[in-house]
Amino acid sequence: MGKITLDKVSKSFGQTIVIPEIDLVIEDGEFVVFVGPSGCGKSTLLRLIAGLEDTSKGTISIDGEDVTGAPPAKRGLSMVFQSYALYPHMSVRQNIAFPLKMANEDKEAIARKVEDAARILNLTDYLERRPGQLSGGQRQRVAIGRAIVRQPKAFLFDEPLSNLDAALRGTMRLEISELHQSLKTTMVYVTHDQVEAMTMADKIVVLQAGRVEQVGSPLELYRSPRNLFVAGFIGAPKMNLIDGAEAMKHSAATIGIRPEHIRLSPESGEWTGTVGVTEHLGADTLLHVAVDGVGQVTVRADGEYQVRSGDTVRLTPAPDKLHRFNAQGEAF
Amino acid sequence: MARAISPRRKWTITVIAWLLGLAIFFPILWTVLTSFKTEGEAIASPPSLVAFDWTLANYFEVQARSNYFKYVGNSIVIAVGSTLLGLLIAIPAAWAMAFSPTKRTKDVLMWMLSTKMLPPVGVLVPIYLIFRDTGLLDSRIGLIGVLTMINLPIIVWMLYTYFREIPGEILEAARMDGASLAKEIVYVLTPMALPGIASTMLLNIILAWNEAFWTLNLTASSAAPLTAFIAAYSSPEGLFWAKLSAASTLAIAPILIMGWFSQRQLIRGLTFGAVK
Repeated sequence: MGKITLDKVSKSFGQTIVIPEIDLVIEDGEFVVFVGPSGCGKSTLLRLIAGLEDTSKGTISIDGEDVTGAPPAKRGLSMVFQSYALYPHMSVRQNIAFPLKMANEDKEAIARKVEDAARILNLTDYLERRPGQLSGGQRQRVAIGRAIVRQPKAFLFDEPLSNLDAALRGTMRLEISELHQSLKTTMVYVTHDQVEAMTMADKIVVLQAGRVEQVGSPLELYRSPRNLFVAGFIGAPKMNLIDGAEAMKHSAATIGIRPEHIRLSPESGEWTGTVGVTEHLGADTLLHVAVDGVGQVTVRADGEYQVRSGDTVRLTPAPDKLHRFNAQGEAF
Repeated sequence: MARAISPRRKWTITVIAWLLGLAIFFPILWTVLTSFKTEGEAIASPPSLVAFDWTLANYFEVQARSNYFKYVGNSIVIAVGSTLLGLLIAIPAAWAMAFSPTKRTKDVLMWMLSTKMLPPVGVLVPIYLIFRDTGLLDSRIGLIGVLTMINLPIIVWMLYTYFREIPGEILEAARMDGASLAKEIVYVLTPMALPGIASTMLLNIILAWNEAFWTLNLTASSAAPLTAFIAAYSSPEGLFWAKLSAASTLAIAPILIMGWFSQRQLIRGLTFGAVK
């Protein structure tokens, strides 16, 4: 079990308010991702749940038990840090065994559990090595191994993949998702990378300046962002946000249309524009088009679409995929 | 990094370095040489560097007059004892300052260091009276206590510098893994800071070994360490250079040997953090 409830939790460092006031429920077994730009308070929020920071106000409870004042060790949570934070003077085996040793488990049980964790994470051949002798991906796996051995109520991940190269990040993303499927333990994951958020989460919490902008499943956030911030943050490439006369036509202060929801045609369409930079991703091609009276618009085209810089193209935004925002930046 | 240095320049630098090294080492060398001379040769002018009648007589006489091993024993107990006690107090103190600093941490560190600026003689009388009234005069326990207090600021400062180099996330990981504060310090912090703790320990043993002011003033015979052993040879009957040198040589030999074997640790300790 691992249901985490935040009730009016706030955090300030001296005069600086990092998190104004947050109510949030993380259900047992859920994979929740906190996402937001750097400095939005997502790591602080995770550290509040972990107990590494004290809350200024409000209560945090795990499975109904108030843990607001409890030290990290008493909360039954495991954490994977961005820097892995492995113990450099211990072997991989000792690193993974450390939480069990702290829980005073007997030697045989420790040995068995460490072997199990090592097998799941493909670390069996490296058990006697020191962290310094491992690659980044292996270190990350050791950090995860150390987190899973004592079967915590929930896992906390603090940007665990940001020190890895792109290829490895993709692999590890998949491994963490698989781990979640097999363990079915609550996971709280912090990242600034919206791709990680979209691909891994059951529920995404979008944060800005310590405030929750929107909570929802990846597709909910993608399909109906509540405001301009979420609209611009979720989805890659970013949603085209257009204001001025074009938005007025739809009686909105700003309209948004995703690059993949614009139909491209050489002959006819609602907007006419000139192709600037084209980015060929293989399967897709991203066109940056200067549209008269609208501004710069990014369009996702099929990879086979033949177009050159300077060509004139016609664009038609799909009417049912159009997002409208009022002057306060809220969707309606 | 590679800078062209002409061979001539290299030679000059080497010669200067050797001369400086010799100048620093000369007093020790002279002491050792003098210890093998007779009293007459020891005060001869001009002195002879090596062309004298080498004799071990001074060493026999020094051992006959006073029991060298008793002093060595006291020195070891006092130096090691005060260092271990100091570390026991300083490790948690430095932990708190390095990983849980407050607005006043820097002030506390400065205040601790400021006690080293106080001339020891300024507190000699009160401490002497306290020792007299509590029966600590001429006791090893008393000296361990005083030397611990004298050197504690240095130990805390050195450890603080080392601990600052340890990433806080690793200690947080230990906390998440269920370690109590004591276990965090014993299983994670101390092993990681072991090189630093070792060099702090070595330096402090040397400082305590050579400490003369308090050891001379607070001991008479039963707890007297090697500093008192040396001092005994600058006696009212006059200076006996050769015997004084023999006693000095005997006194510095153990710490010199220890320093020689641990010089890598010491250099690392003293220059730690200076170069990254």
